[in-house]
Amino acid sequence: MAGTKVKLDTHTGAHDHHHDDHHDHHHEETFISKYIFSQDHKMIAKQFLITGIIWAFIGVMFSVLFRLQLAWPNESFPILEMLLGGWAEGGKLAPSFYYGLVTMHGTIMVFFVLTAGLSGTFSNLLIPLQIGARDMASPFLNMLSYWFFFAAGVVMAISLFVQTGPATGGWTVYPPLSALPEASPGSGLGMTLWLFSMVLFIVSSLLGGLNYITTVLNMRTKGMTMMRMPLTIWAFFFTAILGVLSFPVLLSGCILLLFDRSLGTNFYLSDIFIGGEPLVNAAGDLMQGGSPILFQHLFWFLGHPEVYIVILPAMGMVSEVLATNAKKPIFGYKAMVLSILAITVLAFLVWAHHMFISGMNPFVGSIFVLFTLLIAVPSAIKVFNWIATIWRGNISFTPAMLFAIGFVSLFISGGLTGIYLGNSALDIPLHDTYFVVAHFHIVMGMAAGYGLFTGVYHWFPKLFNGRMMNRTLGYFHFWVTFIGSYCIFWPMHYMGMTGVPRRYFQFDTFETFNVYQDLNVFITVAAIVVFFGQFLFVINFFYSAVKGPRMKNLNPWKSNALEWTTPMKPGHGNWPGAIPSVHRWAYDYGKNGHEFIPQVVPNGAVDTKEKNTKGAH
Amino acid sequence: MLTTILGLITIILILIILFQISKASEMLATLKGEDKSMNMANKGNALMFMLFLIFGLVGSVWSTFHYADLFLPVPSSVHGIWLRNMFFWTLVATVPVFIVTHIALFYFTYKYQHSKDRKSYYYPHNNKLELIWTVIPSIVLILLVYEGIRNWYKITGEAPKSSMIVEATAQQFMWNLRYSGADNQLGSKTVKNIGKDNGLNVLGQIWTDAKNHDDFLADELHLPINKPVLVKINSIDVLHSFYLPHFRVKMDAVPGIPTQFWFIPTKTTEQMRQELDDPTFNYELACAELCGQAHFNMRRVVVVEEEAEFEAWKAKQKTTYAKIKEAAAAESGTASAAEKEDETKEMSSL
Ligand code: HEM
Ligand SMILES: [Cu+2]
Ligand SMILES: [Cu+2]
Repeated sequence: MAGTKVKLDTHTGAHDHHHDDHHDHHHEETFISKYIFSQDHKMIAKQFLITGIIWAFIGVMFSVLFRLQLAWPNESFPILEMLLGGWAEGGKLAPSFYYGLVTMHGTIMVFFVLTAGLSGTFSNLLIPLQIGARDMASPFLNMLSYWFFFAAGVVMAISLFVQTGPATGGWTVYPPLSALPEASPGSGLGMTLWLFSMVLFIVSSLLGGLNYITTVLNMRTKGMTMMRMPLTIWAFFFTAILGVLSFPVLLSGCILLLFDRSLGTNFYLSDIFIGGEPLVNAAGDLMQGGSPILFQHLFWFLGHPEVYIVILPAMGMVSEVLATNAKKPIFGYKAMVLSILAITVLAFLVWAHHMFISGMNPFVGSIFVLFTLLIAVPSAIKVFNWIATIWRGNISFTPAMLFAIGFVSLFISGGLTGIYLGNSALDIPLHDTYFVVAHFHIVMGMAAGYGLFTGVYHWFPKLFNGRMMNRTLGYFHFWVTFIGSYCIFWPMHYMGMTGVPRRYFQFDTFETFNVYQDLNVFITVAAIVVFFGQFLFVINFFYSAVKGPRMKNLNPWKSNALEWTTPMKPGHGNWPGAIPSVHRWAYDYGKNGHEFIPQVVPNGAVDTKEKNTKGAH
Repeated sequence: MLTTILGLITIILILIILFQISKASEMLATLKGEDKSMNMANKGNALMFMLFLIFGLVGSVWSTFHYADLFLPVPSSVHGIWLRNMFFWTLVATVPVFIVTHIALFYFTYKYQHSKDRKSYYYPHNNKLELIWTVIPSIVLILLVYEGIRNWYKITGEAPKSSMIVEATAQQFMWNLRYSGADNQLGSKTVKNIGKDNGLNVLGQIWTDAKNHDDFLADELHLPINKPVLVKINSIDVLHSFYLPHFRVKMDAVPGIPTQFWFIPTKTTEQMRQELDDPTFNYELACAELCGQAHFNMRRVVVVEEEAEFEAWKAKQKTTYAKIKEAAAAESGTASAAEKEDETKEMSSL
């Protein structure tokens, strides 16, 4: 081992002639250029992460508030009135504010936390560090990307305080409900702000995505061929492609909805009687010919790829962390890359599985059944490959590793229920019930959240100048979260088996659905425990960022990847000297008795016995 | 309030204690050596995963059987039974995968916990193995797709000619149920007419269309047993979804785009009451698409009965057309001649 390290050092030294002094331009940094309008990808990553954590706190707290209503529909909670004032008069949530909380919860979690907070953070942090680049292709656009995200958040936050309340139509904002202010108070100013915020968010994600793609394609260091990239980079790369191709469709959907709301068009409106009279256009004729289903197509054309935008980065980081801590190469690297590719392609062909019973032509539905169940194949391959990766490994249980293992478990549990929902006929009884809530929280919400934790615990030293998080707190955090998430979402399958619909303010109007009082209490208690459990993470995060011990070794997880060749406090430009070049793939773990062989180690520097193991990588 | 504050204080105390324990253990680690403490952590976490596996599997099976009593009873429709079978076969395909992959995941996690003496096995790929676990899931999924699409076409296919036609029109926040009457044909309507005829024309029926004259509205959805019924579904304001949990029926109500669903009820309300030993049991109609503040409150009772009972019920219903004519006649007794003229004009112009 020691031998390897020595050679590593000589190697980087020997490449001094590659030195380009690009990084020298950034020496005079003011507070504003360093911490606020920073163009350093590592600082931008931190900005995304911390903003994401703040949003996660708000989004999860909202879910706890509305879970109180579901568990104790007849009780009054003075604390609610204290927090929400008129929205919870007498300590009981008003139905329209309940729906406002649900809508904001979904929007915040999917877009602000799991898209911006996850992909924004780690694409920014890891793409340059792992491919060996000094920064993104365009640091300026990268900075804009963050500030557009920030602005989107400000607008969404303002919508919480307008008099008619935030949007209440669910995170899917289906018109006509979202198009007609007469239909619901939340469809007034709150909805306009929602759409405006989304437009800003989409701009942010397009700027970020184009940058990620360009950087991965053009700025890899010498020797870093595509097939030598860590799976993290492959995942970020395809995530960016998905986003760039699908977000514009949502943008057009949102803009048409804005037109319907304010310019008197009727793209989505037809034959409507609201507020005591028929809905007419400027000429006084009944509005006809619009289609609410059109919006659903535009929404889900992004909406489905969106779930993969959320989950692919998590998959990439989980692959990297599993291999690193099991000290084994990721099993079937090529199959992993191909299955990410297959998922990316198929993700564009399955959107209408959210619309089987929307009134869409049943024949169209059947095509989507086929593609939807096909997408389960690459998903299954990934699961098998992860399990094969830890088989006969030598596993160190770092907190990151725990979350990575937890991720695989959740992805299995949640992915399998997708097979029920994706089969249109079976979706008839299950659609819009708690079964769906269980499915997508486990496979997307929880799993991607675990990806986020995996990433933070693993790359924390690269975010905060070599400081480490506290391991023991990480363990407590993992076990509370892991046991807790199953306690919250597993029982929801049972409610789905009773056909209990989602988005119900209370269940006691229906004899059929009002049979899970105890279970609802159980779920809410578990949710509260998990919510407070997250403080273990938050405390650890902020405490360690300031006071955490620095790593004793520049490569604490004994990883092969490039980011661990940067110094304790990498400045803007990442490597003080030349960018190291790469001589092998990222997964030479356990090869020829070497625990790990970093990518920067040339072939000659380690045992040459390896010649006989196929050198495809 | 007091309990809330006490609760919060307890939580904060717990967090502080955990924080202190963690800091202490970090210090201990530097004293005892990082390796030793990592060793303990590895053992502890590996064991936890094993316990999680055992309690998780036992717990998930136990709770499923525990709650099975609360699941919807055996479907009361013909296609509901097909779906039940499909659900069963999907369970057969997925439950073993769930169990086997989880055992593998957590057992390997436990077994291959770090040990100084073990060297990990360099095993980057095995094409044959990967081919196997690509092909087998593909075959299973294709079978499920085949079975699924076959049922889907049967369910969404054309309704039998003999189907009774009923209409469900959604609005915030109720279902309007219209029966097609003796001609088994629904008369045409337009939202422009809603609320006309002194508010009695709730659906906006067009009276010049004679098919409307025998249509009647009902407060409950009555259905004869073992006869196909075709529900024409639509909405006059926002999206809703026509949802009959016991019959496994669900279809969105879309303003401007009529949708439909046909099915055959196979058990009367009375039979269900006996079967479930619940004399107050009722089938229910609900809304399954978020439609606004009172979305959770769009209930109608559904009654399935013997043909004779159904006919008797039907005979008692009054058509909307007749109600409006009666109201107009009652009014004409008191109203002025001019107004009367107005009203008749309005009715005939529609
Ligand atoms: C095994 C592969 C999967 C299949 C076959 C599948 C299938 C489905 C289907 C058919 C629905 C619609 C159900 C309904 O509304 O009735 C659905 C909902 C959903 N799925 Fe998946 N899914 C899979 C994996 C995923 C993944 C990986 C994610 C996220 C990372 C995800 C996130 C979601 C979300 C967010 C919803 C809810 C959408 C809503 O608000 O209605 N799914 N899934
Ligand atoms: Cu989808
Ligand atoms: Cu509704």
